[in-house]
Amino acid sequence: MSRLKNLLTICLLPLVLLGCSEEPPGGWHGHDITGVMPDLEFELTDHTGQQVTEEEYRGKVTMMFFGYTSCPHVCPVALRKLAAATRELGEQADRVEILFVAVDPARDKKVLDEYVAGFNPNLVGLTGTQKQLKEVAKRYRVAFSYEEPQEDGFYIVNHSGAVFVFGPHGKTRLLVDEETKVANITEDLRHLLEESSG
Amino acid sequence: MTLPTVLEEAVAFLQPYEFSPTVLLACLGAALLYQRGWRRAGGGFGQALMFWIGLLGMYVMLQTQFEYYAQHSFFMHRLQHLVLHHVAPFLIAVSAPAAILGAGLPEGIRRLVVAPLRRNQVLQWLYAAIQEPMVAGAIFVGLIYFWLIPSVHFYAMLNVPLYNTMNWGMAIDGLLFWWMIFNLRVPGSSDMRHYGYRLLVLFLVMFPQIALGAFIALSDHDLFGIYAACGRILPITPLVDQAIGGLLTWVPAAMMSFVGGLVLIYRWNRQSRQGENPVSPTLGCAR
Repeated sequence: MSRLKNLLTICLLPLVLLGCSEEPPGGWHGHDITGVMPDLEFELTDHTGQQVTEEEYRGKVTMMFFGYTSCPHVCPVALRKLAAATRELGEQADRVEILFVAVDPARDKKVLDEYVAGFNPNLVGLTGTQKQLKEVAKRYRVAFSYEEPQEDGFYIVNHSGAVFVFGPHGKTRLLVDEETKVANITEDLRHLLEESSG
Repeated sequence: MTLPTVLEEAVAFLQPYEFSPTVLLACLGAALLYQRGWRRAGGGFGQALMFWIGLLGMYVMLQTQFEYYAQHSFFMHRLQHLVLHHVAPFLIAVSAPAAILGAGLPEGIRRLVVAPLRRNQVLQWLYAAIQEPMVAGAIFVGLIYFWLIPSVHFYAMLNVPLYNTMNWGMAIDGLLFWWMIFNLRVPGSSDMRHYGYRLLVLFLVMFPQIALGAFIALSDHDLFGIYAACGRILPITPLVDQAIGGLLTWVPAAMMSFVGGLVLIYRWNRQSRQGENPVSPTLGCAR
């Protein structure tokens, strides 16, 4: 396994150097993707109807998650987890923003405002035109697609399960998968915040 | 569906998902050379057909919306590699395109670029080394294993340069491997390599591919979490996706060895019937 790690290090060394990432003492709980993916960048509409770009969230550690408001299980669970992990940070929670990219604008647009208010602390709901959403999705190599509507008109949206975590300057830092525990997310966030203030 | 919608969808599918000037230029360059050489030197029809299908296969895998599916479904990714590493380069190499491509080269480029490269000692040595059948076989299998190490696969699917390196590597290695199989001449000398040696290599590369494919197909947990993380576009469960992907690595990939073996045996048989004076090996196929 360590030989594999060495090999990977050699292959990814240029990228790692670019990112200049420092591992916390116990290592990250999420996957370190520093320098592996492009920096935070998007042009979307937030839940208040305001046109926003990544500039709006500079200076904050951001967690980006793709989903949709009619999502029955995965999204609410994931978002609640992110909200809980942020809450655990106490005073530092203000320095973290959860970006919920809603990829089903046909249904999401009207209810996004109400939806995001259901979480504590509040998250930022982001949506946009298909073109805008596809652009962000392609940038982070995630996919979303719509299934055929059922009889009552409800349709399932297939989407990614990962959370992309960015540093305060918009640098890609971690990929947190669905299985990661709240406490571990909090720990990773704390390290990221310490890093940026230190 | 009406005809216009079908056409519209076909056109939409043929648009590149991620436009790459390098892929476009490489494919276009090969196509132009072949077309030019074909007009000058001629060749068998079957031979040309195989070359064009192979080249088109490579292009479709890399420069259409297929790429989107290959990024977001494990089995589509395996299908992409099956074409890039096995089927398309197999067709190109078995069509023995060297003479035709050579004839297509403009005189100036041949004299100033290609000839010095062919005389270069280091390149000659390198070419001979990687075309050594056992070495080529080891690289061929090694690359499949390397990119399927879960942690390597994870980063390859996220990082664009690494991803492109993977796909380019598969295509180039595929060409080199199948070229070694179907090209009779030992690099750098006029000796003919024995058919039996290459048959043995074809036979040997089959087993590690079967083992890996079976391991993936029969695995009871999701080995490649990256597809769940980034969204699976086809409505199938992770384990079904993985099982189909494993089967594609297991059966058709190994089958290509079998098909390659048949071609070699056919040519071997024909050559021994023709006695001492074999036809030019690079043109001796697909007639």
